Amino acid sequence: MDKKTVVETTINGEQIEFLCEPRQSLLEVLRDELGMTGSKEGCLTGDCGACTVIIDGRATCSCLMLGVEAQGHKIETIEGLANGAQLHPLQQKFLENASLQCGICTPGILMSAKALLDHNPTPSEAEIRYALAGNLCRCTGYDKIVRGVLDAAKAVASKAA
Amino acid sequence: MAATTEGTHQFRVIGTRPIRHDGIEKVTGAAKYGADYSFPGMLYGKVLRSPHAHAIIKSIKTDKARALPGVKAVVTSADLPELADQIAQGGELPINVHHLSCNILARGKVLYDGHAVAAVAATSPHIAEEALRLIEVEYEVLPPAMTVEDAMAPGAPILLADLRNKEDGPDKQTNVAAHIQFKRGDVKEGFKQADFVIERTFKTAMVHQGYIEPHNAVGIYNSDGHATIYCSTQGSFVVRSLSAAVLGIPEGKIRVVPAEIGGGFGGKTTIYLEPLSVLLSQKTGHPVKLTMNRAEVLRASGPTSGGTIRCKMGATKDGKIVAAEIWMAYEAGGFPGSPVPMGAMCIVAAYNIPNLHIDAYDVVVNRPKTAAYRAPGAANAAFASETIIDELAEKCGIDQCDIRILNGAHEGTPQTAGPPYKRIGMIETVEAIKNSPHYKSKLEGKNRGRGVATGFWFNVGFQSSAMVNIHSDGTASVVIGSVDIGGQRASMAMVAAEVLGLDAGDVRPLVADTDSVGYNDVTGGSRTTVATGLAVYEAAQDAVRQLKERAAKLWEKKPEEIEFNNGRLSAAGNGVKPMSIKEIAPRFARTGGPITGRAQVNVRNVGPGFASTCIDVEVDPETGKVQILRATIAQDAGKAVHPAYVEGQMQGGTAQGIGWALNEEYFYDAKGILRNAGLLDYRMPTCLDLPMIETCIVEVPAPGHPIGSRGVGEASIVPPPAAVANAIAHAVGVRMTELPMSPGRVLKAILHKQGAAQAAAAAD
Amino acid sequence: MHAINYEAPKTLKDAVALLAQYGDKARPLCGGTDLIIQLRAGVRRPEHVVDVKKIPELRQVSFDPKKGLRLGAAVAAIEIHENADLRRYFPGLSEAAHLIGSNQIQGRASVGGNLCNGSPAADTIPALIALGAQCRVAGPKGERLVAAENFCTAPGRTVLQPGEILVEFQIPAPAAHSADAYLRFIPRNEMDIAVVGVGASVTLDLDEDRCTEARIALAAVGPTPIFASKAGAALKGKKLDAATIERAAKLAVEQSSPIDDMRGTAEFRRHLVGVLTRRTLALAIARARMA
Repeated sequence: MDKKTVVETTINGEQIEFLCEPRQSLLEVLRDELGMTGSKEGCLTGDCGACTVIIDGRATCSCLMLGVEAQGHKIETIEGLANGAQLHPLQQKFLENASLQCGICTPGILMSAKALLDHNPTPSEAEIRYALAGNLCRCTGYDKIVRGVLDAAKAVASKAA
Repeated sequence: MAATTEGTHQFRVIGTRPIRHDGIEKVTGAAKYGADYSFPGMLYGKVLRSPHAHAIIKSIKTDKARALPGVKAVVTSADLPELADQIAQGGELPINVHHLSCNILARGKVLYDGHAVAAVAATSPHIAEEALRLIEVEYEVLPPAMTVEDAMAPGAPILLADLRNKEDGPDKQTNVAAHIQFKRGDVKEGFKQADFVIERTFKTAMVHQGYIEPHNAVGIYNSDGHATIYCSTQGSFVVRSLSAAVLGIPEGKIRVVPAEIGGGFGGKTTIYLEPLSVLLSQKTGHPVKLTMNRAEVLRASGPTSGGTIRCKMGATKDGKIVAAEIWMAYEAGGFPGSPVPMGAMCIVAAYNIPNLHIDAYDVVVNRPKTAAYRAPGAANAAFASETIIDELAEKCGIDQCDIRILNGAHEGTPQTAGPPYKRIGMIETVEAIKNSPHYKSKLEGKNRGRGVATGFWFNVGFQSSAMVNIHSDGTASVVIGSVDIGGQRASMAMVAAEVLGLDAGDVRPLVADTDSVGYNDVTGGSRTTVATGLAVYEAAQDAVRQLKERAAKLWEKKPEEIEFNNGRLSAAGNGVKPMSIKEIAPRFARTGGPITGRAQVNVRNVGPGFASTCIDVEVDPETGKVQILRATIAQDAGKAVHPAYVEGQMQGGTAQGIGWALNEEYFYDAKGILRNAGLLDYRMPTCLDLPMIETCIVEVPAPGHPIGSRGVGEASIVPPPAAVANAIAHAVGVRMTELPMSPGRVLKAILHKQGAAQAAAAAD
Repeated sequence: MHAINYEAPKTLKDAVALLAQYGDKARPLCGGTDLIIQLRAGVRRPEHVVDVKKIPELRQVSFDPKKGLRLGAAVAAIEIHENADLRRYFPGLSEAAHLIGSNQIQGRASVGGNLCNGSPAADTIPALIALGAQCRVAGPKGERLVAAENFCTAPGRTVLQPGEILVEFQIPAPAAHSADAYLRFIPRNEMDIAVVGVGASVTLDLDEDRCTEARIALAAVGPTPIFASKAGAALKGKKLDAATIERAAKLAVEQSSPIDDMRGTAEFRRHLVGVLTRRTLALAIARARMA
């Protein structure tokens, strides 16, 4: 029944195989089996977004996906957001804008914001707020987070130009 | 918005906005929070919780759970020592360790839905969860007392057989744990002078801090009797002392390593899982990790009190408030200790009211034991007083800001408890709102309104220790024991850098464990920048004193002849070439060894904090839904060390206050079961529910503090519920007296008003 | 979570065989945004979880303005919202799909899952009922069609028998000058479960300025989603003036049977049924005039 299954995935560009029980969520696999603890557990019901990863280009709550369902999919996590020592513009602008306080929601918010910018590089404030509605932050009141994303979008655009 | 700054001296580092030192780890996912720790052989613990609000535990059978493969231990309160009543200082609120122990594992009785009954350690979290289903608990269910009215009524179900209060005497069982009173002047005479008197009864709901990171702890018990706890807490030293008390282990045998903390807001100033992790580790010989899920956090950690406030205030027709009479009762939860004393001291603390009478009651009810939440007790209190002040302003025909300026507390005004204020910035925050682009703008459109409110928080000082090490390359590290809940590393490094004449980036801040730095009280009460900041300031001064001694040695001078300015040592006389810290640092070994500055402080006098908030709303009169259109907060920071994070505190508190105002509440059914123990139905504001939050940092330096800092963590949450209520009143003409002002309640008030208007029209 | 067995059949035949074999010990898994929460909470404890997302029929979307829409039960909500045809011809359904949870949820959640979960508050069910959707069900005894309004039988329960699987929705081609709309009331601006939801579709005769067909359905005001047939019938053949719409709203309120819970009182919900029926109809009518 609870015997483990081999699952083949691509995580942050690397081909990764892991073993998991069917009842383990992708979040649990990332954190407990693969040691990637950047994705956080806040609610386990898909309401807080702290566990957000990107699967095949879409932001997804890793707490609401079984590890076995990841077979054959491409997963991006917070650990792969920076390019080596080079921070992603979102990360850099979050630091410059003081967009984080305690930091627990930050990985999930960065991944949601990345999924947004990947689809829509020039989002309005309203579009950013909509895209981040599934990511609760209790520290900031969201003001500096939204500014961080707006700034990052500008930085990406000026780099592309 | 431009800050209002009063004559402080110029700083070089303080007041700038460097990138926080722990930032990279937190944007890359590398930062380790409590639940991120793992150790070889680690087991996973889970807690069995009561499905009843109030019941006697008749028996607990654990053999089936123990027999499940993978289960390594099951514990109940029988595995913890039974403690006598004894008060420990647990952060912002005093804690009775007997009650604390009974809260961690119920002893004989469960007092709320979610009360911990037993704990299991197993080889996987899933097995531990399955084991919980196999523990058989026999309960004798008792009727619950869910509200202060229920619990104070004659014949109410008694929660704690031993609870007594002074008034009722030693023979009477009661749910009233304490009655606190404050009196000034003569309220009867005061109300005689009043042209307008408003009296209303307010109800506020129990709400949760809502930190995104659930509670967690990893306990490692060594066979030599020493234990280590890794956990996310606001106070590692409090975890140490409280866990030691609950476990019956000497404090010195416990080391607490504070992990990064994913929000606390007061809720992580006490303990839940920490002693269980040690106990289970002791039973199994393995490290044990426990984490709460969200339902457990809501059901069984410490939210803050709801309750009832009757508030009567009178003013002369020119707007002078002459008397206030207040009755308030707060839900303590299953054990005594609501923040009602603070609520009482805060409720009219922003005003100079000559005649005052406050009665406040701490009442046990069948809800989780409350814990501190950002300015504990103050926001619900201000909801009452600040909406009545708004009504008085309306009656008197005075501007919302002006009535607050007219009656505002200032230097010399007596505080609720008696002693007069030193220099404070209450009036300055209201003036900042009055002068803000927001307040000066015209609010147009149907069903829109603007509300203003002011809030007070004491701010606390207490004990802190710090060390400043000067490295051989001339950089420094600052070691603190106050955990960093959202920018303290940066601000502490900045304070040290200011004193040492270094750049903020040349000072590396470190949050140490309980064996590596002297005692620190919790990161709470808005105390860290003030008290730990003072410790860092003095530790850096101690390092400077030692630097001067070394320079004196090198230059063959007396230490008092050495000058230290902006990081450079100098002395008068020939042949003395000034040296930077970088230049003298390599010579430490030859001049007496390493330099470590140290300081320990116990700060008694701190500068109180005030915040004033202006909020615009639009109300949908058909559904009662309230949209926040615009929000501005002005807060007195004394001196903002890192203004970006001060603004962040102001914005975050405003957001929490708006959540409290509109939709957050504990919803219990008739049996006392929490029906919204999840983030779907415990509705905290999302990104789409809030506008940008405009800030104005007011700087009225705190007397006696070398930097002038006042705490900034808490006052911001106090005004929003009242400001939103006042805005609703101005939008649609209904006075809301119950929190949250959820759509159903607002609609009911609107329909009631329409019904009354129609009835009046029909009568004409 | 209790231990589970996971299987992901690649054909409808295999899925039906597996589900038939396991009977009530199995539960189909689609987006998992309800099921995984229920497994974790111990609300459902199936031994077998059968992932249906790899079955091609369940992932197809085909639309023809003449033949109508065939929508696979497992198509993710976000794919529905991103589909330009659906946004144009079935804006109510498209918006309902776009209201399910956050972006992170919509990449996984499906309309089929939303229906099979059997929640009375599900956002897409009133939209399906309003559109007259038929649900194609496959099972060991063959296939059958079930009208959307007959699919849910009680909270968390549906007409599906052990071994049966929901394959797709068949939605008739939109008539000329017809349109649908779905509105819900929630206390926040996102992330909540509907306190009340109202779906409506209307077909207009612009020459006569009359309504020729109307269907109205309600969420979160009864043990199952409610087809407010009387409210729709009250519009048929009528000129859509304020009084007629008000009458339909009143009938919708009468057909609702809400309860008090943490999301609202019965009284508040009845009031909202009236408000939302008016607003939803106004939106659908405005769209139909343009269509």
